[in-house]
Amino acid sequence: MALSEKDVQYVAKLARLEVTDPEVAKYTQQLANILEYVEQLNKLDTTQVEPLTHPLDVKNVFRPDEPKPSLTQAEVLSNGPEVQSGHFKVPKIM
Amino acid sequence: MPTEYEPVIGLEVHCELKTATKLFCGCRTTFGNEANTQVCPVCLGLPGTLPVLNEKAVEYAVKIGLALNCTIAQYAKMDRKNYYYPDLPKAYQISQYDKPLNYGGYLEVPLKEGIKRIGVTRAHLEEDAGKLVHAGGKAGRLDSSDYSLADYNRGGIPLVEIVSEPDIRSADEAYAYLTELKNILLYIDVSDCNMEEGSLRCDANVSIRPKGTEKFGTRTEIKNMNSFKFAKQAIEYEIKRQAALLDKGERVVQESRLWDVTENKTKTMRSKEEAHDYRYFPEPDLVPIILSGDYVRKIKDQLPELPGAKRARFASKYGLTAYDAGVLTADQELAHWFEEGAKHTKSPKGLANWIMGDMAAKMKEQEKELKDLEFDQKKLGELVDLMEAGTINSKQAKEVFAEMFDAGVSPAEVVKSRGLAQVSDPKAIEGAVDKVLSENPNVVADYKGGKQGVIGFLVGKVMQASRGKANPKLVNEILKKKLDA
Repeated sequence: MALSEKDVQYVAKLARLEVTDPEVAKYTQQLANILEYVEQLNKLDTTQVEPLTHPLDVKNVFRPDEPKPSLTQAEVLSNGPEVQSGHFKVPKIM
Repeated sequence: MPTEYEPVIGLEVHCELKTATKLFCGCRTTFGNEANTQVCPVCLGLPGTLPVLNEKAVEYAVKIGLALNCTIAQYAKMDRKNYYYPDLPKAYQISQYDKPLNYGGYLEVPLKEGIKRIGVTRAHLEEDAGKLVHAGGKAGRLDSSDYSLADYNRGGIPLVEIVSEPDIRSADEAYAYLTELKNILLYIDVSDCNMEEGSLRCDANVSIRPKGTEKFGTRTEIKNMNSFKFAKQAIEYEIKRQAALLDKGERVVQESRLWDVTENKTKTMRSKEEAHDYRYFPEPDLVPIILSGDYVRKIKDQLPELPGAKRARFASKYGLTAYDAGVLTADQELAHWFEEGAKHTKSPKGLANWIMGDMAAKMKEQEKELKDLEFDQKKLGELVDLMEAGTINSKQAKEVFAEMFDAGVSPAEVVKSRGLAQVSDPKAIEGAVDKVLSENPNVVADYKGGKQGVIGFLVGKVMQASRGKANPKLVNEILKKKLDA
């Protein structure tokens, strides 16, 4: 599968990453190599294989609906670069 | 001639489940607590934390699926929906993509013209996002705020998203669908459905097409409709807006729109993720949900009688109209109250009239709930029977009802102590009628002269003479018999 520079710019934008033009060229090559490597899997015939969504053969791991202590407000906000009246302060959204 | 359009509407309803804890951690779900006090490393998305699914949320979600006639998936899984927006600190929401818990159901909605079946595409489990307050600038307005404040107390609360098929054809149908859905959710006791607190939220996809055509028009998604009334208004507005565009030869732009309560119109809303590319993939931190037939059957056995079935049964068993059955079953507690009462009267229809009439009015006026009532169903049944048997007339019954409502006394005792019993003895009434006739010869002459309407005056006189106790129907009959003789 051919990967274009446009694809890389698009993915970078979705991931909110700022990339320079030389970086785009570099990543396009690197990502293309990775995809090409993974592509090898397509050579296998998987028509008889059930899709796997989780590597472990485990199902239904549940937790009872019982409250556990939360963090204190001060602890919650302690990593916030900016806080205001008990809230995280985030930049203008639109 | 203007084109006639047919609206095509699909609804997405988000219902917060009333579990004690969040979907993936033990934080409480209490509404209205101080910001960021029901938050832990898991719902904050700190590195190294792992979500574990709340079993009660799965149970509630399956309950919803069953109540909406869905197929319950034999194999379901959680997926990551990736987007950057500060309402979720993880930069993804754990939701369900291609293997939802419930799919392929329907809802039977009572409309004026009969029952309409509206398809339910899916009802899947996901976590709620946190709450953002847009501050600075024009306060509260997203488009002019300088910054936002994030509170993650709501982030991670279990939600079930119920997606309808585009089967809805008018704003009224949408309203009826929402009302019925809310009623069902309350009946099965999985959500508070409190719209003011946001535990029930609704988005609508609206498009129009020329009547008689098959192809869907371009749709818009209306958000921010925090009451059913607003949902109805917003959909009505949007249908008109789209029709006006098409009539002018313009096109409908596919976009999200907000319902503006102050201006009563829908407005363009810039989207939170321009590309809408959520890059879903299976959530690696959670294992699949594979429910056994036994598990599903057990939940099915716990389901109460649902509103639709109850309405049908009330109509046939108690001889109620579709409207009456609808009113009485709109609230499960009221329906139960009525059914208990029906055991104590010969006339369930009469009982229904009292409940929906005087009782409802007085309860509203005095802000009382069923549990606050001074009297029980047995007493109201007694009153209904006293009236139906003709022991008291409707005017007297109202007085007795008022006394029973205020003091909780037995109607039979009120009738006895106040000497209210209606006189239904024809002999006693005949005496009073004869007296009135002899005292009002002119009126009698008028009647005989063809002015039959004056009989009302004579009935009034007899009633007055009996101090309201005479059976008015009998008075009327006896008067007629004597006058026509």
